[in-house]
Amino acid sequence: MVNIFEVNETNKMVEQENLDVRTITIGISLLDCIDSDLDKLNEKVYNKITTVAKDLAKVGAEIEADYCIPIVNKRISVTPMAMIGASACKSPEDYVTLAKTMDRAAEKVGANLIGGYSALVSKGMTTGDEMLIRSIPMALTQTERVCSSVNLASTKTGINMDAVRLMGEILLELAEASKDRDSVDCMKLVVFCNAPDDNPFMAGAFHGVTEADAIINVGVSGPGVVKTALESVRGENFEVLCETIKKTAFKVTRVGQLVAQEASKRLGIPFGIIDLSLAPTPAIGDSVADILCEIGLEYAGAPGTTAALAMLNDQVKKGGVMASSYVGGLSGAFIPVSEDQGMINSVEAGAITLEKLEAMTCVCSVGLDMIAIPGDTPATTISGMIADEMALGMVNQKTTAARLIPVIGKGVGEKVEFGGLFGYAPIMPVNKYSCADFINREGRIPAPIHSFKN
Amino acid sequence: MDKKQKAVITVVGKDTVGIIAKVCTYLSDQKINVLDISQTIVQDFFNMMMIVDFSGSDKTLGDCQRDLDKLGEEIGVDIKCQREEIFEKMHRI
Repeated sequence: MVNIFEVNETNKMVEQENLDVRTITIGISLLDCIDSDLDKLNEKVYNKITTVAKDLAKVGAEIEADYCIPIVNKRISVTPMAMIGASACKSPEDYVTLAKTMDRAAEKVGANLIGGYSALVSKGMTTGDEMLIRSIPMALTQTERVCSSVNLASTKTGINMDAVRLMGEILLELAEASKDRDSVDCMKLVVFCNAPDDNPFMAGAFHGVTEADAIINVGVSGPGVVKTALESVRGENFEVLCETIKKTAFKVTRVGQLVAQEASKRLGIPFGIIDLSLAPTPAIGDSVADILCEIGLEYAGAPGTTAALAMLNDQVKKGGVMASSYVGGLSGAFIPVSEDQGMINSVEAGAITLEKLEAMTCVCSVGLDMIAIPGDTPATTISGMIADEMALGMVNQKTTAARLIPVIGKGVGEKVEFGGLFGYAPIMPVNKYSCADFINREGRIPAPIHSFKN
Repeated sequence: MDKKQKAVITVVGKDTVGIIAKVCTYLSDQKINVLDISQTIVQDFFNMMMIVDFSGSDKTLGDCQRDLDKLGEEIGVDIKCQREEIFEKMHRI
């Protein structure tokens, strides 16, 4: 039977160290909704989402109460809309009606966000894919809860540079469309290399075509718990450090596993995966950068940051894998600039640059995340930054992503407020030199040699 | 026989006369069986954990959480009631 010390330890993690379950995400396949009539398609999509996810908010609240563990987000991900709408949509405006339907359905069931306004174009774009991509600025400014993602590259296919070039333009268009609100709608759009089918985290969640009809994926959190655990081993050697991270990751993940199983049982939907990512929030003490500082860096971004992050990420996985029967999604450390107070401090102190952030993404699963850049950055430069990130993912056979926010009308040194869990971000300087002639070449970058394993 | 439905009740707050008595009276009135109690005083703070079995009671966990919240307010302590699995899962392989 459990003892008083174990009970106190668990409750202290929740009450003082910000332990929570970051998200329960229901993945829903919309493949059976496909119809050539747009009105019928919208109706079917609405009905399917509101039927499958009808108890999401209620069950989430029940689990929170039963175990006294906060579940921050209840979300939905759906099959990439580019595919679902391909037969019915004749224009980008037609796709926007689907985004609005997703938004209404998410609101109806009490989901915070709904992902899957997505296109998978790592090798080429279909007409539908391109129309969806071109509709993104309209769709994201006219909806509240819809998140969009585009997979631009993979280790197996190489990088679709035509799509990379297009996304640079689309991102600026989206920034322009929401410039009265500091271009914040850009945070609902992410581009990927090797996008996972079962990611529960936004903005990149979508329900892959290889998945079942419906599935429950859960994302855990807990940077604050890891940070507190490491405070007790200051000055100890790497063996002790790694053991401590592993044990803590195990405990945190077990909570996720429990919540996932309960949600699966109560909703009658099979359990998919636990995503082991350490997801920070702007709350003091809930920061991945603070863990790096606790490991021994003055600021995240100092020399040694990449090594420290590589070790942290690996130990979190080693501890987490043992705690869950199925692990998937992104499973890495999130290092968003805006959602992590420690990262914001680093940027403001001048300790971290975009180039160092890029290096860090080589060893943790998520890429350049929630990074505000000057609004006058050229589209080709944005595409260049995206292409670099895609190349890292392609060659290293891992997921990488870019969620950049060009803030129209603002420059380096100014700040942008995202509100709530998303925090604020100082605008970071971007390399001034042009890559336009590189980006303007047409076609795609071929798959790397080590992808030919057969 | 019903499977045991175990929950963990924690009571934390300033020490005063009759905390255990009041909590146990409530549990006994609701036919909730106490399986284990441990208690310590940390820096003048009363800290108690009870493992209880709900299977004989008509009340749901949610009902008890509300009642115990109220009782906690009356006594001036913080009372939490959670299903036991969260602790078992976290601390046992």
